[in-house]
Amino acid sequence: MTEPVLAARGLTKSFGALRACDEVSVDLRPGEIHAIIGPNGAGKSTLIAQICGALAPDSGTVHFLGRDVTRETTRTRARMGLGRTFQISALAMQDTVLQNVLLGALGRAGRPWQFLRPVLRDSTLRDRAEAALARTGLTEMAATRTADLSHGQRRQLEVAVALTLEPRAFVMDEPMAGLGAEGSKRLTGFLDELRAEAPILLVEHDMDAVFALADRISVLVYGRVIATGTVEEIRGDREVQIAYLGETP
Amino acid sequence: MNREALFNTAVLALLVAVPTWALWADEPFTITLATRAVIFALAAVGLNIALGLGGLVSLGHAVYFGIGGYAMGILAHHAQSYTPLMEWPFLFEGTKSMPVIWLAAVLASALAALLIGLLSLRTAGVYFIMITLAFGQMAYFFTISWPAYGGEDGLSIYVRNGFPGLNTLVPIQFYGICLALLCVVLWLNWRLAKSPFGLALGAARQVPQRVETVGLDPMRLKLVALVISGAITGLAGALFADLNRFVSPTMFSWQMSGEIMIFIILGGVGRLFGPVAGAALYVLLEHLLGGINEHWQIFLGAALLFVVLFGRGGLVGLVAGREQAHD
Repeated sequence: MTEPVLAARGLTKSFGALRACDEVSVDLRPGEIHAIIGPNGAGKSTLIAQICGALAPDSGTVHFLGRDVTRETTRTRARMGLGRTFQISALAMQDTVLQNVLLGALGRAGRPWQFLRPVLRDSTLRDRAEAALARTGLTEMAATRTADLSHGQRRQLEVAVALTLEPRAFVMDEPMAGLGAEGSKRLTGFLDELRAEAPILLVEHDMDAVFALADRISVLVYGRVIATGTVEEIRGDREVQIAYLGETP
Repeated sequence: MNREALFNTAVLALLVAVPTWALWADEPFTITLATRAVIFALAAVGLNIALGLGGLVSLGHAVYFGIGGYAMGILAHHAQSYTPLMEWPFLFEGTKSMPVIWLAAVLASALAALLIGLLSLRTAGVYFIMITLAFGQMAYFFTISWPAYGGEDGLSIYVRNGFPGLNTLVPIQFYGICLALLCVVLWLNWRLAKSPFGLALGAARQVPQRVETVGLDPMRLKLVALVISGAITGLAGALFADLNRFVSPTMFSWQMSGEIMIFIILGGVGRLFGPVAGAALYVLLEHLLGGINEHWQIFLGAALLFVVLFGRGGLVGLVAGREQAHD
């Protein structure tokens, strides 16, 4: 079996008496989309935060590209190639769409210490940024203020910024949230192709998208992984049906 | 040309026209007032890099202003009394040369900003405001209780420092130096805002968590912004001391920090010419209203209230509207 790109082992995180994550283990193999589903409050966001470095786990480890990164900062993990998108868009609203993707390109190049040369004159950064916009269909919005984008366009821009990082693995926190049926379908098609470039750990509520995309699914309930398997296995799992898919036994 | 560019050009034109008129009409006091406005503008452009670009509400910029002032005061004091600043481990003498004084002012205030930044940037919001204010007060009381350089009475310099090839005692020539420095710094500010650093700093102000997820360090970006900001305000402090030929602990007072911030709020936070317009308006009000009533700051307060309530973008915002997205 191939070595996983990203592996969380036994992650545990408590907030007071609440165990938001209880011995959670998930891994992400090359070329796959691994979806994480679960009802609200199941601990999905806490899990993502630990994997990306925003929260330190009480116990357990995170390995990325074969290296233990449990104690590394968000920044280090990002520089190693962990591309994250946010559930609630975290974009520079006062800046243009192009500036937001340029920031990603700047982070990838790792050289923000240029003080006098206009960033737009750096063709390496600009090409990388514009390529990401083209791939997400935002080329025409490049000069628009991000605050003036529609909700769906902001979701696309979230993905575009992650693309500029040319990551070795994506971690996407509900990229479909609030998208219409049309937008959801388009993004599903896009992610389907994207997995060939880098595997995707996908937290998502949209079940149609999850069942269409996922190679494997992990079901998180009350901070525990109750099942991991292929789409068929998860669909057929009685425990999952009771706990999550809302069917009575 | 958009309205903001027109406004900026008009402000620059006024900064050239008014002293030129004053020279022709033989009104040296007007030139001194204009010099005061330009130096205040320079100090506020410095703060605007931290506040407008970096979102750092520093209520302690008087520290850098004062350090710049004392850099001038101490160097000139030793030069005019023919006593060396120190003899060991190497001989370090005072100077009356402006360029050397400026360099000392910029380096000393940059270093202070680095140290203050390392400590204060661990906090945010109200705590950041309070900790920068606390540093300002520390510097204020330190200079008051430092008798070697005048303590509470400050230091007087008999003759304004010199600049090669110019007679700085002529008001219009000193004004020219100050305006030239302001223009250089405005140009730097303009380039900075468009540079990779400016882009990353602007993002660090708006969404620090995003900056981290692209692998950059928002703290370090803000620290560098604070150092650049402090260095510019320090330069303004050296010029201000030279204008008055006097430096005292008042330059370190929290009222001074507040005034520098008021220039920016009056003019427009984060706008290139906001601090310039704000400082000019402040000096104008100070002169006009101060002649009517010594409690003129009541009117300033009213003006500030008006700007904050109705013109969120300050003077620049009122004239040129909301800031446009950069191209």
